[in-house]
Amino acid sequence: MDLVLDAQHLVKSYGDLKAVEDVSLRLDAGEIVGLLGPNGAGKTTTVSMIAGLIAPDSGDVSLMGRPASSNGEVKRALGLVPQDLALYDGLTAEANLRLFGSLYGLGGSRLKKAVAEGLEFVGLSERASSRVKTFSGGMKRRLNLAAGLLHDPSILLLDEPTVGVDPQSRNAIFDMLEVLRSQGKAILYTTHYMEEAERLCSRIVIVDRGRVLAEGTTRELAAGLPQPRRLAVEVRGPDGEDGAWLDGVRALPGFSEVSFKSGNLAATVEDLASGASALLAFLDAHGLEVSGLQTERPDLETIFLALTGRGLRDDG
Amino acid sequence: MIKALKALVGKDLSLFFSDRRAVALSFAAPIVIAAFFGFLFAGNSSDRGKIAVRVADLDHSAVSRSITEALARDPNLDVKPAATAAQARELVRKGKAAAAVVFPEHFGRDAVDAFFRQQNKPALTLLEDPSHSAEAGMLGGILTEHVMQVVSKEAFTGAVGMQSVRRSLGEVENNKAMAPSDKKDLTAILQGVLNLNERDAEAGDSGQAIRGGIGVPYVTKAEAVTARKGVAYNSYSHSFGGMALQFILMAAIEFGMAILLERRMGIWKRLLAAPLRRSTLLMARGVSGAVISLCIFLVCMGFGMVVFGIRIQGSWAGFLLLAVAYSLMASAFGLFLAALGRTPEATRGLAVFAVLILVMLGGAWVPAFVFPAWLQKATLLLPTRWAMDALDAVTWRGLGIASALPAVAIVLAFTLLFSLVAIWKFPAEES
Repeated sequence: MDLVLDAQHLVKSYGDLKAVEDVSLRLDAGEIVGLLGPNGAGKTTTVSMIAGLIAPDSGDVSLMGRPASSNGEVKRALGLVPQDLALYDGLTAEANLRLFGSLYGLGGSRLKKAVAEGLEFVGLSERASSRVKTFSGGMKRRLNLAAGLLHDPSILLLDEPTVGVDPQSRNAIFDMLEVLRSQGKAILYTTHYMEEAERLCSRIVIVDRGRVLAEGTTRELAAGLPQPRRLAVEVRGPDGEDGAWLDGVRALPGFSEVSFKSGNLAATVEDLASGASALLAFLDAHGLEVSGLQTERPDLETIFLALTGRGLRDDG
Repeated sequence: MIKALKALVGKDLSLFFSDRRAVALSFAAPIVIAAFFGFLFAGNSSDRGKIAVRVADLDHSAVSRSITEALARDPNLDVKPAATAAQARELVRKGKAAAAVVFPEHFGRDAVDAFFRQQNKPALTLLEDPSHSAEAGMLGGILTEHVMQVVSKEAFTGAVGMQSVRRSLGEVENNKAMAPSDKKDLTAILQGVLNLNERDAEAGDSGQAIRGGIGVPYVTKAEAVTARKGVAYNSYSHSFGGMALQFILMAAIEFGMAILLERRMGIWKRLLAAPLRRSTLLMARGVSGAVISLCIFLVCMGFGMVVFGIRIQGSWAGFLLLAVAYSLMASAFGLFLAALGRTPEATRGLAVFAVLILVMLGGAWVPAFVFPAWLQKATLLLPTRWAMDALDAVTWRGLGIASALPAVAIVLAFTLLFSLVAIWKFPAEES
């Protein structure tokens, strides 16, 4: 994989407020990396530093192997899709894209082609001549995305690109991002929706209070957690929700939070493998038939809660 | 960079002209207000308002009646009677009349006596509304002329005059202190007047002695000094120039607001993410603002030319130079506002106030010569004052390009100042 974006130890303060204390992240071509954190975590400030909108107090950003601050040409490798709908409501969709394409030096037939392709990519070709103020929220979001793609950047910075859109438009945007990834573009996807990060991102960087708390795939992040696992077993045979056999389960080494209801036994175990093995042996010894067994993998919400002690949508 | 600059300027122009209501307001408002001001200050209008005057005649003499009739015939006055001095005063106090004249009892007799003896002059009361002091001053002049004519005529031809002359002859004759030679000459003069008076009375209407009385020994020939002889003053020239200058600055507020709104909407982030300098973005906004300002200026003045007959009696080159310089300054003023303003809401109120002060003290509403002398000097610190004076110079005053060049230089200097502050103060980062 080619490294296309490398941000190291970014720091930014506003007076006494430390917006970003120490954020590092890397992005390879053809991957989507999620920058996940609650509001006020420092995600937008980080993206702004990478995009060159804010000068970091310290730290370095390199794009395509060149320092981001070296000259404006490096910016051509970057496509920014801001969190706000950065469009001119009074202009048509086509005029908006023509303008943003021109800012990157496109002109003539190249610009015309790029605008047409951009509109087609986001499914707005038929509304090319409509003013943006007549668009729905989802259409504006798609056009917002297209405006960042016109100059065919290698790196896309998406700052919460699905805020306020309906599920249909959100799925459409996800599909578009999958296509872009398949084209080899590197995408930094900022969000505080864990389900979006789980669906799209090959790697996730969790930030809070301006610092990186953890980084990796969802599996890697979960594996790194010290917290115990949950086991869920469907048991046939016993009636009621209590019994001597259940006390036996509670007495098994490393078991806690044991409950049984409607044939479902749930327990927290310190070690998933040995715990599952011990439980199955115990149930077999007591003549109880097991019809199903599941482990409950912690989701991002759980991971985030474990890392920060608070929910994803809490304000920092 | 040129490609991006053109695209940004084109975008601003498209946005401006796509909002039909805003465009109509930008172009129509200065025209409507300028037409109103032009009409108001039209010096050659035949329908202009007369000065409302009340006359309280407590004398009821031939002299006071003749003066009142003469006043009533004056085309500048609208004369109506008042029953008493108190009523006249009340009408002036209530604003129903700009001024009032009160003839005291025995005014006619005493005035004729005083004509020969310069003693015991009767007091003619002129009540004036202080907010109409100019009109009251004009009434004073008109009144002096008519009083002089009527009293002198009465002194030489009327019954009151004969009685007065006879009294004067008796007083001269009985005056022991007067030198005999003086007494002889004065008696001859008075006797001559009396003879004239008596002959005139005998002749009746055919008498021609001093039928019209004594008037001022000259007539005034007023001439408006405009571009050339024969070119009438067009009050719409000043009003259209003034309103064009005002509404360009009003539009500049909107340019500034647009940048602040773009920043709030996140568009500025997208623009700055492109490989462009911040100064390029500001320059594009400056160019588009200047183009729109110039359009407003030319449309406003063009309308005045077509509909109200405004003419560039002086220098077309000076006019166009000034238009371009002022449009650039207005645009830079918009950037200046955007750079200093933190929010659109806070900036708008301050900007509107600043613009109104600039145009009011710049003489856009009423010419600066009506200001007190100290204010006329103080307002030379404002670019609007220079622009307005130069605009007057190249339009109705008919002066050449040299009259506009100092103003162009001052206005461009302000353009530079506003631009530098805008670039200096405009936030370097988008947080």
